[in-house]
Amino acid sequence: MSNTAISVTDLSKKYGERMAVSHASFEVPLGTICGFVGPNGSGKTTTMRMLLGLITPTGGTGEILGESIKHPEKYLPRVGAMIEGPAFYPALSGKENLNYLANLGGFSTDRVQDLLNQVGLGDRAKSKYKTYSLGMKQRLGIAAALLPKPALLMLDEPTNGLDPEGIQEVRALLRSLANEGTSVFVSSHLLSELELISDYLVMLRKGEVVFTGKMNDLMLNQQPVIIAKAAEAADLTVLLGIAEAAGHHAVIRDEAVHVEGPASWAAEFNRSAFDAGITLSQLTPQLPNLEETFFEMTGEK
Amino acid sequence: MWNVVFSELRKLRRPTLLIGTMGAVIFFSGLFSSLLFLLIDSRDGNSDRGRTVGRSVLGLATGGAEGFNRVGGFLGIIALCVFSAQTAQEYTYGTLRNLLIRQPSRLKVLAGKFIAMTLFALVMIILSAVISVSASVILAPGAKVSTALWFGGDGRHALITTFINITISVIGFGTIGMVLGLLLRSPISAISLGVLWLLIVENLLIAVKGSLQNWMPGAQLAAIASGGSPRGMSTGIDYSHALVVGGAYVVVGAAVASILFVRRDVSN
Repeated sequence: MSNTAISVTDLSKKYGERMAVSHASFEVPLGTICGFVGPNGSGKTTTMRMLLGLITPTGGTGEILGESIKHPEKYLPRVGAMIEGPAFYPALSGKENLNYLANLGGFSTDRVQDLLNQVGLGDRAKSKYKTYSLGMKQRLGIAAALLPKPALLMLDEPTNGLDPEGIQEVRALLRSLANEGTSVFVSSHLLSELELISDYLVMLRKGEVVFTGKMNDLMLNQQPVIIAKAAEAADLTVLLGIAEAAGHHAVIRDEAVHVEGPASWAAEFNRSAFDAGITLSQLTPQLPNLEETFFEMTGEK
Repeated sequence: MWNVVFSELRKLRRPTLLIGTMGAVIFFSGLFSSLLFLLIDSRDGNSDRGRTVGRSVLGLATGGAEGFNRVGGFLGIIALCVFSAQTAQEYTYGTLRNLLIRQPSRLKVLAGKFIAMTLFALVMIILSAVISVSASVILAPGAKVSTALWFGGDGRHALITTFINITISVIGFGTIGMVLGLLLRSPISAISLGVLWLLIVENLLIAVKGSLQNWMPGAQLAAIASGGSPRGMSTGIDYSHALVVGGAYVVVGAAVASILFVRRDVSN
C-alpha cells in the first residue's frame, strides 16, 4: 500500500497558451497536514480541481490514496473536499444541504447533526443557507467535507471569512483529524496559520512547484534575519548601507531594516549604528517566518 | 445513480418549488378546462387562438380529456423551465463541483437528475389530469354538455392516450430545457431562450412560412401533446411525423449535451 496521500508527477494544465500548472511534482505523506501555498493565480485551485477529477490534466500523472487520478470514482468516496469556497443550495437549510450530499454519496445521514454540532452550526441547522454569514457558510463547507469520514481532506482556503475564534477552531479540528490519521491538504493565504499547523509544505509560483518537503526543513534552511528599527525613520537607509558594507544582504520592509546574517553579528551592527550616531529602537535577531520565506522564494515582495 | 435520484428528489420537494409549480399547474389546468365550458357560447371562442370547441365535440368520448389536452403544451413550458433551472443552477450556485466530488460518474449524475425531474413532471401531469377532468365533470352539466360517453371504454382510452401523449411531450420539453441548461449554464438564459423560442420565435417563423411548422421542435412536441391535432396558422402536423422529428431533436440535443457535460472541465 502506498504511504503517500497524494503523489503527482509532471502534472500540467494548459488553458490556450497559458500554463496554469506546469509540470508539478510533489508528494504528500499519509497522516500529515500539508500546507499548499502560492500567490493568487499560482495554480493552487487548478491543481486541486485536477486531483478531484473536476478538470482533466493536459499532462502528467497522479495518485490519490494509491489510485490514479484518471479514476476519481475509486478514491473520491474516501476524500472530503471543499474547493473554491462553500457552494450550497440557498433555499435549503444547512441540514438539508448536508442530507442532500449524504444521499448523493451514499453516506448515512445519522452523522449530519453531529457534524453540524462539531463545526458550531448545531443551533442553526434548520436555517436556510442563504441566511448564513460567510463564516457560517465556510463552517458548513467544512462539515460537508467531513461527511465521508475522509482518509484525505482537501480544503481550499478553509479559514476565509472566519473570525479569530473560528480560525482557532478550524486549526484544532485539522490537528485532531491529523492525529486520528486523516491526511489534510490545505491551501490558505494566511501563511501564519499554515505555519502553525502544517507538517509538510508544497509551494507554488506561477504554476510551478518551488518547494516541497517538510516545513521544518524549509525553515531551518533559511538564513537568520536581524531586524533593526531606527528611532528616526530617515536613518534606515544609513543602516541599510552599514549592513551592505559589512557584506550582508539587507532590505527595508515594514519600516525596518531586515539583514540576512547570524545573530552574533547583531552586536557589531549595534556598535556600527551607534558610531554613526543612530539610536536603534529595536534590534531583533530571528529566523524568518513562513510569510517572509514565502516572499523570498516566490519573489512576490 | 439512484443516490442521485433520491438526493435530487429531496431538492425538488422543497416547498417553494413544489408548491409554486404545483400551484401553477392547478391554476392553469383549472382555468383552461373551465374556459372550455364557461365560454362555450362565446362568439370569441372557448379554446386557444379563438377557436370554438362546441358541445358536439365536448360530448364525444374524448370530451372529458379535452381540457387536459388544452393544458398539455403549457405543462411542457413549465417542464422546460423546471428542467433548465434545476440543471443550470448547479453552475450558477457552484454546486456542481459538490455533486461531482460525491458522484464522480457524470453520466450517472445526469441520468439521476433526469429521472428525478421526470418523476416531478409525472406528478405535475397527474395533478393536471385530475384537476382538468374534475373541472370538466363539474362544469359540463352547467354548459349543457353530455358526459355520457366520457366514462365508457372509449372515454377511458381517450384519457389514457392524452395522458401518454402529454407525458411524452412534457418529457421532450423538459429534455430540451435540460439541454439548454447544460449548454448555457445559466437558469435565466436557458429559460429565456427556451420560452422565447417556443412561444414567440417559432410562431413568427411559422406565420411567415407555414411549412416550417413541420420542422420546428416546439411545434412537434405540441403536436405530440395534442395527438397530432391542428396547430398554428397552417394545417396540422401528423402525429408520427411529430414523434420522429421531435424525437430526433430531443435525442440529438441530449447526446450533444451529455458529451459536453462529461468532457467539459468544471472550472466554476
